[in-house]
Amino acid sequence: MVSRRRVLLGLALCAVAVAAGCGGGSSSSSGSGGSGGSSSTASGSPQKGGTFTILANSNFGVADPAQNYTLQQWALLIDTHDGLVGFKRAGGTAGTELVPDLATEIPEPTDGGKTYAFQLRDGIKYSDGTPLKASDFVTVFTRQFTVPGPANGFYAGIVGGQECLKNSKTCDMTKGVVADDSANTVTIHLTAPDPEFLDKLALPFAFAVPGNTSLKLTGNNVPPGTGPYMWQSYNPNKSAVLVRNPNFKEWSAEAQPDGNPDSIVEKFGLPVTDAVTAVENGSADAVFSGDSIPADRLNEIDTQYADQTHVNALTADWYFALNVNEPPFDNLQARQAINFAADRTAYVKIAGGPSLAVPTCQILPPNFPGYEPYCPYTAGADSDNTKWTGVDLTKAKDLVDQSGTKGAKVVVNGTTDEVGKALALQMVSDLKSIGYDASAKLLAPGPQYPYVQNSDNHVQVAWSAWYQDYPAASDFLNVLLGCDSFHPHSDASPNIAGFCNKDIQANMTKASNMGVTDPEGANKIWAQVDHDVTDQAPWVDLYNPKQIDFLSKRVQGYQWSPQWYLLYDQLWLNQ
Amino acid sequence: MAQVALEPQVGSGPDAAPSEIAGRSPWALAWRRFRRNKPAIGALVVFLLIVVVSLCAPLYAHRIAHVDPFANNLNGTTIVNGKKVALIQQGGGKLGLGETPIGPTWDPHHYFLGADSSGRDVAARILYGGRNSLLIGIGSAVICSILATILALIAGFYGGASDSVLSRTMDVIWAFPVILFALCVATVLLTAPNGLQAGPIHITASSLWLPTLIIALIYIPYVYRPVRGNVLSVREKEFVQAAIAQGASNRRLVFSEVLPNIISVVIVLLPLMIATTILTEAALSFLGVGVQAPGASWGTIIGDGQQLLYTRPWVAIAPGIMILLTVLSLNVLGDGIRDALDPRAKLSIRE
Repeated sequence: MVSRRRVLLGLALCAVAVAAGCGGGSSSSSGSGGSGGSSSTASGSPQKGGTFTILANSNFGVADPAQNYTLQQWALLIDTHDGLVGFKRAGGTAGTELVPDLATEIPEPTDGGKTYAFQLRDGIKYSDGTPLKASDFVTVFTRQFTVPGPANGFYAGIVGGQECLKNSKTCDMTKGVVADDSANTVTIHLTAPDPEFLDKLALPFAFAVPGNTSLKLTGNNVPPGTGPYMWQSYNPNKSAVLVRNPNFKEWSAEAQPDGNPDSIVEKFGLPVTDAVTAVENGSADAVFSGDSIPADRLNEIDTQYADQTHVNALTADWYFALNVNEPPFDNLQARQAINFAADRTAYVKIAGGPSLAVPTCQILPPNFPGYEPYCPYTAGADSDNTKWTGVDLTKAKDLVDQSGTKGAKVVVNGTTDEVGKALALQMVSDLKSIGYDASAKLLAPGPQYPYVQNSDNHVQVAWSAWYQDYPAASDFLNVLLGCDSFHPHSDASPNIAGFCNKDIQANMTKASNMGVTDPEGANKIWAQVDHDVTDQAPWVDLYNPKQIDFLSKRVQGYQWSPQWYLLYDQLWLNQ
Repeated sequence: MAQVALEPQVGSGPDAAPSEIAGRSPWALAWRRFRRNKPAIGALVVFLLIVVVSLCAPLYAHRIAHVDPFANNLNGTTIVNGKKVALIQQGGGKLGLGETPIGPTWDPHHYFLGADSSGRDVAARILYGGRNSLLIGIGSAVICSILATILALIAGFYGGASDSVLSRTMDVIWAFPVILFALCVATVLLTAPNGLQAGPIHITASSLWLPTLIIALIYIPYVYRPVRGNVLSVREKEFVQAAIAQGASNRRLVFSEVLPNIISVVIVLLPLMIATTILTEAALSFLGVGVQAPGASWGTIIGDGQQLLYTRPWVAIAPGIMILLTVLSLNVLGDGIRDALDPRAKLSIRE
């Protein structure tokens, strides 16, 4: 089962996919650098009260945590709901650390990594007053298949999950999720060890909802949660209003601290440039982080409102996939040639300049588990090169000559939005510079993603982007370049390049298996896999993007988590 | 038989009696009326000027500006006041945010109207864009008018089932919002792996034929309706009935009697349709389903300039002015042609 999520960053609508049940290394060490008018950690004394207003161009989409798959909007769902475990609610690298949330502690897996037994905390209630029960989690995981959740493959490894995936009408998760309401315990049985299972439990898809919640999508009626806020209203044409949950009592400051603003309001529909003006004027507090601030406003906010602007590196990749099953890029030398010829300085400029993107050659983003800097496709490359410094057209042309593909027709598939169009045209220029007869084919961002995934469309070069679900190397390498992620003739085949190397796949499997018991050792293997894949050049990796948060002057306590991004509820407002 | 208007020849003096009656074709009369309509003549001059300037796009790009308006030039430079400057300049704030393209230099040799966010010469792209906008606008209006006239002749002349089927089909097309309908058709065709494939005809997704045909298709009802109405009217005229009584074939009736008498309606509509199709093309290209990158049209350039409105407004304003001038000139021209071809305006030209 392959699913997808949509991430709103930049002008391009970046839809990304997730393969089911992929193995991999564990998390705990990723993080992100911050820059801007203040650091990524809070300072000063928090004040409670006030209404924090966010202005978003488009609405929240589906607000049901079982289905919402937009990273920037998860930042609100974590304020209203909780999972058994959670990522630590903290800025910086600490934000990727797993901590117990509704469970009293993070259990060690038993039964060879296939069983997790959780003890729930006592006395937790939902916002509607219903007490939290262990059996609620049977509903949570059943809903993943009946709603269905866009990444329900994450939970298909639970006993009964595969059957539910095949037929949701007869879905029965009671054997895989064994709940004891009297003992307040939840025991989850997996069909095979999954080193990333705890990461998956910390995602909104696994957030607790009352056991009587409909097994269908709840639409605009968000199910009650256990967090410090509750959804007072959600009108996709107007606003989402979060107010304090009267039944919330802080049980863990690390997992779910009490929030500072009395309410958080996200208003929809205002053009981003108007939202920027509103925040400048102080009539709103934040431009929604999923909305890209127009390029012609960046210099203005930088020169006049730098103290209110925050820039943070995202654990994400923007890249062109080279179809290894279609000429001319079924030839390794041709793929390496375009990697040498890709002018990453130009791509970075398209992304907004060096302050908003960092050129890269490899798959894993910086500060990610398994990341070891590597760039074999730079001017003056040698085995020690770790940083891209410039194109090497001479080498690129030599490789094209050796490959015998000079003059081949190449169609670059991109998106019609401004950034997507510019990226595709730059790739066309780069391909032409080494002798290919290149042209661009642009599609709207919505249809482009499924189109480029389907091998029947014989796409040669396709733009795409990927943002982490959780901090694990396999979330990039196995999901995007593993043999199991390539599904010929399907619109849901996240391995756009169609790359499948048996030796590399064997190492991915080895790293996945090792991840359960030896995360550090596994990450070393993932680092080698990252370099090996980069050598095979199934992508032209362009850059790792950064995100801008633009806040009003009265906002204090900025914290940015690599997992959840801006921690809205930890901000406070100078009254 | 075509209608022939008889008009007294203008005498040499106020007392001079008409010595003879000279026959003039309706076209000659129309041309006389048109020449006396100064706003229409002015509009024609402006329109022709825009056409000529647009046709000179390669000359400007290659001989004067020395640029490739279709290739990204993000790392390029140009000369301003004798100094070499980068086409894309990084913001100078604390965080170094923002990449701003160079603005107008007002030097025809060096980025006269500045660069867009990909470092391409805006002036050169506007000229090339004009070629495409005019080509699509005129092409689609002509195709639309021809098809609509043929269908209107069939429906109006033969009537009965063919009239019902054609008119209801037109009603269905008419019922769709124009832009939405064009968007749907364009999206479907652009998403098709090989563009439009119909038998031996193959149109790639980047071909100008695609927006041309789409726009032509959606506007057929707009020409079909008034032309059909005229066909119905002319069909009942005495000279048509006389031709029928003489045993004229349907083909002769359509091409020799009806068509010459309804063609003025089509001619009056044509400039107005061109103006409409140019606007539609601009809208579709702005939305990304018209002219495909790296090609340019005025609509795509406005789209490019949308993100630069605060810092480099000329990127959007300049093509907007070109569209405004073109559409305005075509509308005035269309009014002039209508006045010229309107028989009721006959007296106004008598001296």
